[in-house]
Amino acid sequence: MTVNEMLPLAVIASSLLPGMVIFALPEARVGLRSVLNLLGAMSKLVFVILLLEGVARGEVYGFRHTVLPGLDLVFKADALALLFVTLSTVLWLFTTIYAIGYLEGSPHRSRFFGFFSLCVTATVGLAMAGNLFTFFVFYELLTLSTFPLVVHRGTPQAMRGGTVYLAYTLAGGALLLTGIVWLHGLMGQVDFVHGGSVAALGPQATAQIKVVFLLLIAGVGVKAALVPLHGWLPQAMVAPAPVSALLHAVAVVKAGAFGIVRIVYEVYGVEYAQSLGLLKPLAIAAAVTIVWGSLRALTQDDLKKRLAYSTVSQVSYIALGVALFGPVGTIGGLAHLVHQGIMKITLFFAAGNYAETLGVHKVSELDGAGRRMPLTSAAFTIAAFGMIGVAPTAGYVSKWYLGEGALAAGMDWVVAVLWTSSLLNAAYFLPILYRLWFRPPPAAWPAEHIPARGWRETGWLLLAPPLITAAAVLVTGLFAEAGWSPLAWAKLIAAREYLQ
Amino acid sequence: MSTGLLYALSGVGLFMLGAVGVIVLAHLMRKVLAFNVMGSGAFLVLVGLAQRTGQPDPVPQAMVLTGIVVAVAATALALGLARALHARTGGVTLTQGEDGD
Amino acid sequence: MTEAWLEPAAWLIILPLAWASVAFLAGPGRGARLAILALVAQLGLALELAADLTQRGARMHAVGGWGAPLGIDLMADGLSAVMLLLTQAVALPIAVYAQAYFAETHHRHAATWFWPLAGFLLAAMNALFLSADLFNLYVTLELLGLAAVGLVAVGGGTAQITAALRYLLVSLLASGGYLLGVALLYGAYGTVSMTTLAPLAVGQTPLAVWIAAGLMLVGLLAKTALLPFHFWLPPAHGGAPAPVSALLSALVVKASFYLVLRLALGPFAMMTGTAAGLIGVLGASAILWGAWQALRAQRLKQLVAWSTVAQLGYLFLIFPLLAADGLALQAGALQVVAHGLAKAALFAAAGVLMRATGRDTVEGLAGVAGRVPLTLFAFGLAGVSIMGLPPSAGFLAKWLLIDAALKQGQWGWIVVIIVGSLLAAGYIFRVLRQAFLLAPEDSHFQPVPRRLEWVAFVLAAASVLLGLRGAELVALLGVGS
Repeated sequence: MTVNEMLPLAVIASSLLPGMVIFALPEARVGLRSVLNLLGAMSKLVFVILLLEGVARGEVYGFRHTVLPGLDLVFKADALALLFVTLSTVLWLFTTIYAIGYLEGSPHRSRFFGFFSLCVTATVGLAMAGNLFTFFVFYELLTLSTFPLVVHRGTPQAMRGGTVYLAYTLAGGALLLTGIVWLHGLMGQVDFVHGGSVAALGPQATAQIKVVFLLLIAGVGVKAALVPLHGWLPQAMVAPAPVSALLHAVAVVKAGAFGIVRIVYEVYGVEYAQSLGLLKPLAIAAAVTIVWGSLRALTQDDLKKRLAYSTVSQVSYIALGVALFGPVGTIGGLAHLVHQGIMKITLFFAAGNYAETLGVHKVSELDGAGRRMPLTSAAFTIAAFGMIGVAPTAGYVSKWYLGEGALAAGMDWVVAVLWTSSLLNAAYFLPILYRLWFRPPPAAWPAEHIPARGWRETGWLLLAPPLITAAAVLVTGLFAEAGWSPLAWAKLIAAREYLQ
Repeated sequence: MSTGLLYALSGVGLFMLGAVGVIVLAHLMRKVLAFNVMGSGAFLVLVGLAQRTGQPDPVPQAMVLTGIVVAVAATALALGLARALHARTGGVTLTQGEDGD
Repeated sequence: MTEAWLEPAAWLIILPLAWASVAFLAGPGRGARLAILALVAQLGLALELAADLTQRGARMHAVGGWGAPLGIDLMADGLSAVMLLLTQAVALPIAVYAQAYFAETHHRHAATWFWPLAGFLLAAMNALFLSADLFNLYVTLELLGLAAVGLVAVGGGTAQITAALRYLLVSLLASGGYLLGVALLYGAYGTVSMTTLAPLAVGQTPLAVWIAAGLMLVGLLAKTALLPFHFWLPPAHGGAPAPVSALLSALVVKASFYLVLRLALGPFAMMTGTAAGLIGVLGASAILWGAWQALRAQRLKQLVAWSTVAQLGYLFLIFPLLAADGLALQAGALQVVAHGLAKAALFAAAGVLMRATGRDTVEGLAGVAGRVPLTLFAFGLAGVSIMGLPPSAGFLAKWLLIDAALKQGQWGWIVVIIVGSLLAAGYIFRVLRQAFLLAPEDSHFQPVPRRLEWVAFVLAAASVLLGLRGAELVALLGVGS
């Protein structure tokens, strides 16, 4: 086995192995568990940096293992895979730190962190999947490893959320499987290759290919929360805040969106998908989701529910970018995959801080929270501006490229959708910001768990992650043209996808 | 009709009679007896059909001997279980639906 | 293998017979230790046989130098090797489990009978997988049935004895039908050897042969508990002690299925071809009905037993899909192995959960996740294979089935397979959900030996990890066919 084969496996193993050990650890071994968690996260980061450096140089990383005759598990760490792997790895590190602080003293932490590690293992596996079968394997593994996290609290409410989550994702998995086996029957193994491979089937299979496309997109659309398949996401809000961060920013919805990218670009090929007329319906579905999610977010008083509907809306920017035929839209969509992740995780960290520190769960209870928790609220504000798309945040960059892409593709109505969405985003985020900073605080908070000590408005494990990710929102926006930015990497991918 | 075929046909008849008995009769002893009738029917078919060629064929004889041993073992087990059931419930039939779930 | 007395196939039958007899004389304590040692050897023999077959192809061994027709021939090919491997691979961990399970004093009585009966069961099963003629198969089938019935009754409760009697009667009726079929076949062709029969039973076949095929197939389907002959299974498998349930559900029902498959591939190819659609429909109904009953079951082991009814249904979907490409056959073999390992794990886990909560209800599992996390993890892992989710062996089986159905354009089966998987997810997660609930205030859990938990976990992990080695299994299956 060569180094180029080992490295993708090492990325997977760096969370799988610590996860397995953590499962077996007794509840009281807090220190060892934290060390294992962080060791896994850091070593994964090191492996990912090695990969990034190699891929930028043009190295090819991959690995193939035959499961059945004609059925292989394939891993390949190409530029697109690394975009997602890097995002997950970096955010996983912060989420782990946050979760250690958030869950301090609560029961069943070995189980929690075990599944937490499995979840990120599934995510990086899915990102590096080199064919549809491998993608499906990790897609389902992701479902299974997130379920115990969603129901972690063990309340009847959590169970209901978990059941809805399972019902949606398993049904989606069944659709995806049907599509994959169908395609498999038509053309054998479906490896992800630049420009896609389905076109080779020729014109007589067109009808079948369209149905398969529908099945595949509906299958991954469940996790990407495309309307009307989004019903699980607001329900899954009962999970603890680090899990929400995981669902919304690191793993689950991203897995769905990433699946759409792979299917359109590397299974069908964007030109072929366009020639079959498949991109337009996808764009419309994405546009409807963007507007619908924003509309629903307007009326939610529960802070995490409002953020959940906001995710429904924002994740579809990625699908929209994919559906815009042309490299500029692609760049916008791919950059948004990263940008949405860091913005949304900041918002959820902040929401978790309000709940954990002050017992505040509702938008209407946030009055004056900015004075009690200025740092958290500053982070929240930056991320909210990013979501609206205000310059110079990361959100502005992705919206700019999406708009440009729409004009380049001749789909002017998309620009209107983007504008509407921005206005709606403002309409549901600005009132929160107003309450945070300009309303007087109440006489007493609903349930103040953590007292303020000087500038430390809450535990430092809870405070550091949102501050860092908020800074990242600004930095990725300000230095979008730098060589190491997500945007630059997205441009590299787009160049490779379109120039083949 | 040769004697062999006659044996075989009556064997089939016995077999069916026994099978119906195992299914229909309620008393466990009767069920066990019916099973033995059924088994004997099958053996008769085996020996009867093999005689059609006119020459003695050792293979079915060996089979029937083995089959009888197996049937005796099965009968013993059935009777043992029936006795155990009788000792626990005092009944001699399989009461229906005691495990409805 | 140059020397006949070293033949692994023969030792696979002699060893369990020997340790069963010794265990009967020596009592459960020493009997258990001997059984575990012998099972390690048996697993080694099965592996050696498989390796040997892969190198040199299928082979025949005349026991004691006496060949057919009056002596006994042992036949081993890829399919036999797969079944033998599965049998030993399930039996060894279950024996380790049973030793700890029956260690408590109030199980003493059950333990006395468990070891000898388990030994005879394994000997009969190994002999069945190695037999080459229909009459030997009858004898092994009957021995297997008698040992299995004895095991069901091992607990000694009224419900268990009733279930055992019902199982015995079904089993006797079924093997009676099979025997009559054999008699008719011998009358028609003068042979009971499968290899000799296969070319005879094609083209113009007399009515007696059709009747024989019908009797034998119906008998075997009843033994495999295919709907509508499934009624005996849930009380028998759901009522027995956990290690017994594991052996019965994982292995015993597979033996009669194996025989159906052998007949369908050999002498009865034409007959099963005609009835294939019907068998498939019965299988499909079993998948749906079994899963539905599992969703409704109040008791944990009943739930797992109904799941067996459903999973056996998948095995029969392969008959309408059997074709030259071998996909359906591979799917069937993989499903047998995957379900064998996973179901043994589920019953082992169910045994632990019952010990921990002190009762056998799904309701009573609330909060158990915090107490026996490893077992629950095992239950979940085995569930992955049962649901047919990747990367488990159960997934590969369903993938191959769907692939075979697609290739032949038989769309209906695909819907059944997928709906069945979703229903399976329903009943598996029903258990997991309940276990994840907060423990009620008044609940107190009993400690459980760690060994029981680990066995469940090892079996479950095997059923999932086997999904990564499907290629080897398929290669072994291909030997001699």
